[in-house]
Amino acid sequence: MSTRFDAETLANIPDHRGHFGHYGGRFVSETLMSSLLELERHYEKLRIDPKFQEEFDADLADYVGRPSPLYFAERLTKQVGGAKIYLKREDLNHTGAHKVNNTIGQALLAKYLGKPRIIAETGAGQHGVATATVAARLGLKCVVYMGEEDVHRQSLNVYRMKLLGAEVRPVTSGTKTLKDAMNEALRDWVTYVDDTFYIIGTVAGPHPYPKLVREFQSIIGREARLQCMEKEGRLPDALVACVGGGSNAIGLFYPFIADEQIKMYGVEAGGLGLETGQHAAPLCAGRPGVLHGNRTYLMEDENGQISATHSISAGLDYPGVGPEHAWLKDIKRADYVAATDEEALRAFHTLTRVEGIMPALESSHAVAYAMKLAKTMDKDQIIIVNLSGRGDKDIHTVAKLDGIEI
Amino acid sequence: MSRIKQCLETLKANNKTALIPYVTAGDPAPQHTVAIMHALVESGADIIELGVPFSDPMADGPVIQLACERALEHGTSLRMVLGMVEEFRKTNTETPVVLMGYLNPVEAMGVHPFTDAAKAAGVDGVLLVDLPPEEADMAAPHLKRAGLDVIFLIAPTTTEDRIAAAAKFGSGYLYYVSLKGVTGSNALDIDDVEKHVNAIKALTDMPVGVGFGIKDAATAKAVSAVSDGVIVGSALVNTIATNAENPEQMRAKVKELLSSMRAAMDE
Repeated sequence: MSTRFDAETLANIPDHRGHFGHYGGRFVSETLMSSLLELERHYEKLRIDPKFQEEFDADLADYVGRPSPLYFAERLTKQVGGAKIYLKREDLNHTGAHKVNNTIGQALLAKYLGKPRIIAETGAGQHGVATATVAARLGLKCVVYMGEEDVHRQSLNVYRMKLLGAEVRPVTSGTKTLKDAMNEALRDWVTYVDDTFYIIGTVAGPHPYPKLVREFQSIIGREARLQCMEKEGRLPDALVACVGGGSNAIGLFYPFIADEQIKMYGVEAGGLGLETGQHAAPLCAGRPGVLHGNRTYLMEDENGQISATHSISAGLDYPGVGPEHAWLKDIKRADYVAATDEEALRAFHTLTRVEGIMPALESSHAVAYAMKLAKTMDKDQIIIVNLSGRGDKDIHTVAKLDGIEI
Repeated sequence: MSRIKQCLETLKANNKTALIPYVTAGDPAPQHTVAIMHALVESGADIIELGVPFSDPMADGPVIQLACERALEHGTSLRMVLGMVEEFRKTNTETPVVLMGYLNPVEAMGVHPFTDAAKAAGVDGVLLVDLPPEEADMAAPHLKRAGLDVIFLIAPTTTEDRIAAAAKFGSGYLYYVSLKGVTGSNALDIDDVEKHVNAIKALTDMPVGVGFGIKDAATAKAVSAVSDGVIVGSALVNTIATNAENPEQMRAKVKELLSSMRAAMDE
């Protein structure tokens, strides 16, 4: 099988400047530069340090509960009537989402770097909870920035973080959502850079974040490969994952990039429909620009001001996307599509009723597209859907949309 | 010779330090900006830094973030800001104007069209906060070829090799950020500023302006003694915000603050 992606090519993505083709890089104020360079220096050393890797692997096994199963959704497959649908069960991780793979890794970095305080931004609250969790475990001080609007939408996760000992700071600037929380976290970091480690929750941000978050999340795809070989004796035909910032998707995709026969689909939040402008789908409907330290696809107006986004799921409500996805789109290695609020909600109900698995609204976008895709494929083909998180946190949102008072 | 270079050399010859106020264009509304710029010049400004509003000003504190939000509510775009500079140039061809902002609005317009339009409007320099020297190869050379100065930031944590890179890619002056944090932060340590400015000057002949944390006549005076330029932003933007209802009073208060700084610096 010939491929554009030999080992050497892949090893140089991103290059030493953090560029994925035209995307990525390090577009930050000089005040942050030294911290990024320091982080990169330490991380490049630690990623090949056996002791660090051992500790990371042990944490993933005993604290997160990995490997997560690859589950054959038999009744869903039957109902759809096409390709076999497998679910990679990241919802079964400690804290209920894929986010913890990354926070465990970055908290270890913080520990090795001797930083007593960690900060994070969060949208849905999943990354905030996963950060507060590892902070509690390692005895680190933790501050989580969260858009005021998300604080209201995700009150349960806010309380969870507080129980874990984190301080949640509502962000009232701009659109009061994830992008503004990220601005505020960057401001904090630049002020308290000496004792603070910033745990970014997705594969976006300035280099080396997209690379190191990818590395911590790639466990998803590595496991899925082995598990698929074990269960089916071959690799899958298609991968499907939701894309907000894109960390669960990169986690699944990355170990399969060289296998060009395997199709990869990133599902963005189509909100009320791409034609309405009320969505969070920069890859489907945005254009390249620079935000939060990297060049990537953005939702912006003609003057380069970042647009407000809309999605039923707070975790996808982000106007940018990881630079590696921007690159994969441009070189046509992955396809990026959108599922609307309504489609996601339907998929949430379907999976809950048919399989007894309640997906996060974020992951429901992937399930929605996978059902469409499976219909167009043969019965002997295989789709792996990344079920990136569980739906408990979204029950209030779903109930409200269904007109039910809880 | 660029207007910025000319201005700074003349000041140096007269043993004076440059006073460089920053205001956000379009704040509190676009029709006020040109009048505010003239008020700044009348109060002793040598160079004006005109902020281009951006929806996500990550390196700025709440004062300038809110100024950006007010300006954007009135639809202030990069093109409108260039129009303001053009308007200002009708009656002032002396005072250098530096556009300070973030990369994305410039990229949205396109680096080449922006360069031409900025040059035509009478802009002298560009400071893009989120464009460090290692990413500057796409924009800085083009801006410089067009005769626009490209101003880079230097932080307390910036290493010698990076200072050298900023001096190499940059022109006009270097902007030393006097403290960790965002614009509008507190607590300026003047000895520390002096030490850093001297370290920068040991590596380059370029003038060094100092910003972040200068909010009154006393800090302006102290900083002017150890640098080539005193950059004042949040304190002015705050003054504009608290007097936004009454434009005449707003300009009077702006003049009062800036004149007091000028007087203290010239003592």
